Amino acid sequence: MLDELENQYKAASTALAAAEGREALEAWYRDTLGRKGNIYLLTRNLGALSAEERPAYGRRLNEVKAELEAAYGEKLALAEDEELRAQLAAGALDVTLPGRKPAEGRLHVITQTLRDLYRVFGDMGFQVYRTRDVETDEMNFELLNFPPHHPAREMQDSFYTTVEGVILRTHTSAGQIRAMREYYPEPIRVVLPGMCYRNEQVTARSEMQFTQLELLAVGENITFADLKGTLTEFARRMFGAERQTRFRASYFPFTEPSAEMDISCFLCGGAGCNICKYTGWLEILGCGMVHPTVLRNGGYDPLKYFGFAAGLGPERIAMLKYGIDDIRQFWANDLRFLEQF
Amino acid sequence: MRVPLSWLRDYVDIDLTIDEAAELLTNAGLEVESITRIGLPGAELEWDRERVVLGRVLRVEPHPDADRLVLATVDYGAAEPKTVVTGAPNLFPYLGRGDLSGEALYSPLAMEGATLYDGHKDGRVKAKLKGRPLRGIYNDAMLCSEKELGISDEHEGIILITHDELRMTNEESSPAPLLPRSPVPGTPLQDVLGDAVLEIAILPNTARATSILGVARELAALTGAEFRPPSYDVDDAAGVVMDGPPVDGRVVVTTENPDLNPRFVALIIEGVAQIPSPYWMQYRLRLAGQRPINVVVDVSNYVMLEVGQPNHTFDYDTLRRRADEYAPDGPIQINTRLPHPGETLTTLDGATHKLEPYTILVTDPAGNLSIGGIMGGLESEIRPETSNVLLEAAAWDFINIRRSATALDLHTEAAYRFSRGVHPSLALLGAQRAADLLRRLAGGTVARGIIDTYPNPPAPVVVDLDPVYARKLSGLDLTTQEMGEMLERLGFAVESHGDGLRVTAPDHRLDIEGPHDLVEEICRIYGYDRIPSTRLADTLPPQRGNPKLEREERVRDTLVRLGLQEVWSYRLTSAAREARLLPGSPGQLPSPDERPYVTLSNPPAPDRNVMRHTILASALEAAAANSRHAERIALFEIGDVYLAGEDELLPDELTRLAVVLTGRRDRGHWDDDGVATFDFLDLKGILDAFFEDLHLPVAYEATTHPTYRPGRAARLLVGNRQIGTMGELHPGVAKGFEVRVERGQAVLAADLDLEALLPLIPDHYRYTSLPAYPPVREDLALVVDATLPAAAVEAALRQSGGALLRDVVLFDVYEGRQLPPGKKSLAYHLTFQAPNRTLTDDDVSKQRGRLLKLLERELGAKLRE
Repeated sequence: MLDELENQYKAASTALAAAEGREALEAWYRDTLGRKGNIYLLTRNLGALSAEERPAYGRRLNEVKAELEAAYGEKLALAEDEELRAQLAAGALDVTLPGRKPAEGRLHVITQTLRDLYRVFGDMGFQVYRTRDVETDEMNFELLNFPPHHPAREMQDSFYTTVEGVILRTHTSAGQIRAMREYYPEPIRVVLPGMCYRNEQVTARSEMQFTQLELLAVGENITFADLKGTLTEFARRMFGAERQTRFRASYFPFTEPSAEMDISCFLCGGAGCNICKYTGWLEILGCGMVHPTVLRNGGYDPLKYFGFAAGLGPERIAMLKYGIDDIRQFWANDLRFLEQF
Repeated sequence: MRVPLSWLRDYVDIDLTIDEAAELLTNAGLEVESITRIGLPGAELEWDRERVVLGRVLRVEPHPDADRLVLATVDYGAAEPKTVVTGAPNLFPYLGRGDLSGEALYSPLAMEGATLYDGHKDGRVKAKLKGRPLRGIYNDAMLCSEKELGISDEHEGIILITHDELRMTNEESSPAPLLPRSPVPGTPLQDVLGDAVLEIAILPNTARATSILGVARELAALTGAEFRPPSYDVDDAAGVVMDGPPVDGRVVVTTENPDLNPRFVALIIEGVAQIPSPYWMQYRLRLAGQRPINVVVDVSNYVMLEVGQPNHTFDYDTLRRRADEYAPDGPIQINTRLPHPGETLTTLDGATHKLEPYTILVTDPAGNLSIGGIMGGLESEIRPETSNVLLEAAAWDFINIRRSATALDLHTEAAYRFSRGVHPSLALLGAQRAADLLRRLAGGTVARGIIDTYPNPPAPVVVDLDPVYARKLSGLDLTTQEMGEMLERLGFAVESHGDGLRVTAPDHRLDIEGPHDLVEEICRIYGYDRIPSTRLADTLPPQRGNPKLEREERVRDTLVRLGLQEVWSYRLTSAAREARLLPGSPGQLPSPDERPYVTLSNPPAPDRNVMRHTILASALEAAAANSRHAERIALFEIGDVYLAGEDELLPDELTRLAVVLTGRRDRGHWDDDGVATFDFLDLKGILDAFFEDLHLPVAYEATTHPTYRPGRAARLLVGNRQIGTMGELHPGVAKGFEVRVERGQAVLAADLDLEALLPLIPDHYRYTSLPAYPPVREDLALVVDATLPAAAVEAALRQSGGALLRDVVLFDVYEGRQLPPGKKSLAYHLTFQAPNRTLTDDDVSKQRGRLLKLLERELGAKLRE
């Protein structure tokens, strides 16, 4: 009996060594260790053995089974690895093929720019305050110290409506008085975003409709130095920590003193390029200390309260940042333009 | 304002480079927009210092072989003079006059190798001067025209400066001559005529800088240099000599409207010769942008540019002839007044103007003479034979001049200045300066006496400056004395007054109203760049946030996440553009809103004359514009519409949202099997997801609406409130908007009232805890009437499903031969789940049985076998 076991074992080992591939291995297993397999069937011999022979035979049979199982397992694992390797090798792709892009949406570049501005000024305590597009001449001009027929009005050609005294706002400064009258006597720190309109020839450089963002701070201890500091911090966060700012005297009827702020050109670093017209500086905004007449019109005593205001053009900022050369693109809604931002 | 640096230097020493001076002016509010250099390094044409020099013409002789050429012998500083062949017409008068050393005749001489502009070519073409024989005589140098030197386009003759011109000025009185008293031939021309012109942008409050003297004064204040204005004193040794027959009794002036014409100064100058003005004056006028005409016109322009006082010269004899009609023995009677009804005036450019009732005129009893402060009249203008002139220098109300000039469309240099403000005090100074120049340069005799009608001289502007206020406003820690000194540099008179300063503004400052204006002056002189930068230290205001904007931005983010591109449109449109949303109403323009439009009285274009009533039209225009090139269009716009009220002054501005989809559903890929295009359910799905994201339950209800295709439109309801419409666009509407679509391709649109919707979005919502026990899924196909809305079936399922029914998802809709006509089958995945135990098959089948019974009763639904 034991001889038979040893013979079967030898034959099975030889057959296992010869079996290649998962299928051959599984067939070997079926024929050897499966329920109808040669080795498995040797279990039946136990019944024909005497009580003395049985333990030795049984022990040996278990040994043989375990050895064959182990050998099989090892060989099967190798075969499976091989098979997987072959399968994966066959599935190679051209990794340079274009991918399947999801259809994503995007925010308009002006929304993105406004959000940048809200964030930077929001960090300094400025909250967004919105007012209307269709305004009174009083809010847009008169209360801001632009008398009728004043030459300062020439700077902003208006669209008039058929209702006497009602125009499309020419600047977001039109919201200053509304903000003051609502906030008085609290201090104010707001940004006023919005659409503005001027009766100008539409060209690559000027639009009849454009957004502005007005900055307004009013309080008992606000100085021209604070205006410089706040706007310089803004310029550095918006255009880079190394930006220099330059303030030049200017004129707006609703601020005194008034200034223009330039920033060192972030394209050439101030060395001079065609974007900064070889001056090294980019005009970025107009600003100034709120005119006493405007403070008074807003309800604040100009001897007790001080304030500053600034007006920024989101389109101008976007044009500089992204190198956009035609302002008409902003409202043309060409997807080929919008999808770039 | 174009400011030649050489002119500026007459009145202030400039110890700075051109760029430094420009930067100083720019920072102080006189923005130098450009610098044009003439002949100097950095100029478009730099004059070679060795080869382009000042020459002195010694002799002019005929060319032996050419009548149209002459030989000029020129001293240019070398041991031997040079002989130059030239055809300059302005040298011919000197032909055969022999030795010209008594004439002291100077001209720029360029020598071989110098680069000049070619005088014979159009435009500015550079060429290097080469020696060559001209009709047999070798020529290696050239006397130059302005064009050849890049000064102007003038090429009629060479630049010729006679020393006589210099003798017309004198040492004490400006203008300083362009040539030194004893010019040395051979001096590099750069040092004689080299110049730089600063183009300064004039802001409404810098009217004082519309003159050379104004800019010089400013520069002096900024640098601390001395400002040396010319002397205007009458009969001063250096001033205006008046030795003609007295003016008294020859002219009287009245001003009917002193508020519109506060001052009128008149002088008579007789015996003026209408000769060309001296070269230095022509040169400066050209650089400043004026064309020289003759000395009378040129002096008038020169004084306007230099002093800032526009002035006008009348032909005195014409005025006298007119007076002979109305007062044969009396004086000329000048009167300024408003026009009579229907009165017209012909200006010296030959145009006849209807006059506005507020346009002030200079007149005499015979009629009108000129439009005050804007333009002279044709009849009394200076003629070639004029030798006696009446010079007017007046002051006019700036707002009235601006209105009149705009109404008449006459934008003259005079109107430009008067409409920005010219102080009446300048009228006398300007008149005296002009009289003096006419006497010196045109040989005129100034009548003794000045007519000066100035009934109400304005009081000087006096402002008290509290130094504490100045420090609080500026953030600068300056002493009272320092502030006073800075103001004095600008010409303000300053005296101590209590703890502060009492400051009197100089006449040339019309922009000073209060202490804030003085603080700006202090900041300007101190230098804006030297003011420190500080962070806000004032109390932080209460933080209110902006809930509406925050929700609006959340809506934007949600829509972008759903694959939509944001657009922003023009808000100006026309009723006709918007009426395309409502087709089928011929002969009238239906509006998306019945309230009136906000209508412009000066629209930029006929089809941009109202503020929009609907944002859907904006979004459809955007879709149409892209339909020519984009395969997939999925966009939204958020913005206001403007609905005018009948009684309200200002319209309601209401925020709306429009969504438009058309074209392919995905972005397209090389291995796509086919192209699927957007349909109704894509839009519906986007909206479903949108409202889910906002945690806002919304119901859809079939509707009919002319914008949408019949049977494919719904209104959206939150509770009982309609918050918008959506659907497949009516093909007629798509066509009206020129949205280009392929056959069978739909355009989907939604128009939502964000104004109503935003407040409904809940600020917060409850989280549902994750289930601990497994769900049981059941599929159920129901046969119902084909007309029954799916939403009704789902609602009934949810209602009758009980607490254990967790979710209902429709997975199939079938209509067809396997069902009786008029019926459809709706198949649902039902998910049952209990929060506290594992459900048994028994639980579920009981639930299902009850559900079917209820559905049959409520909706007549049957289980599909």
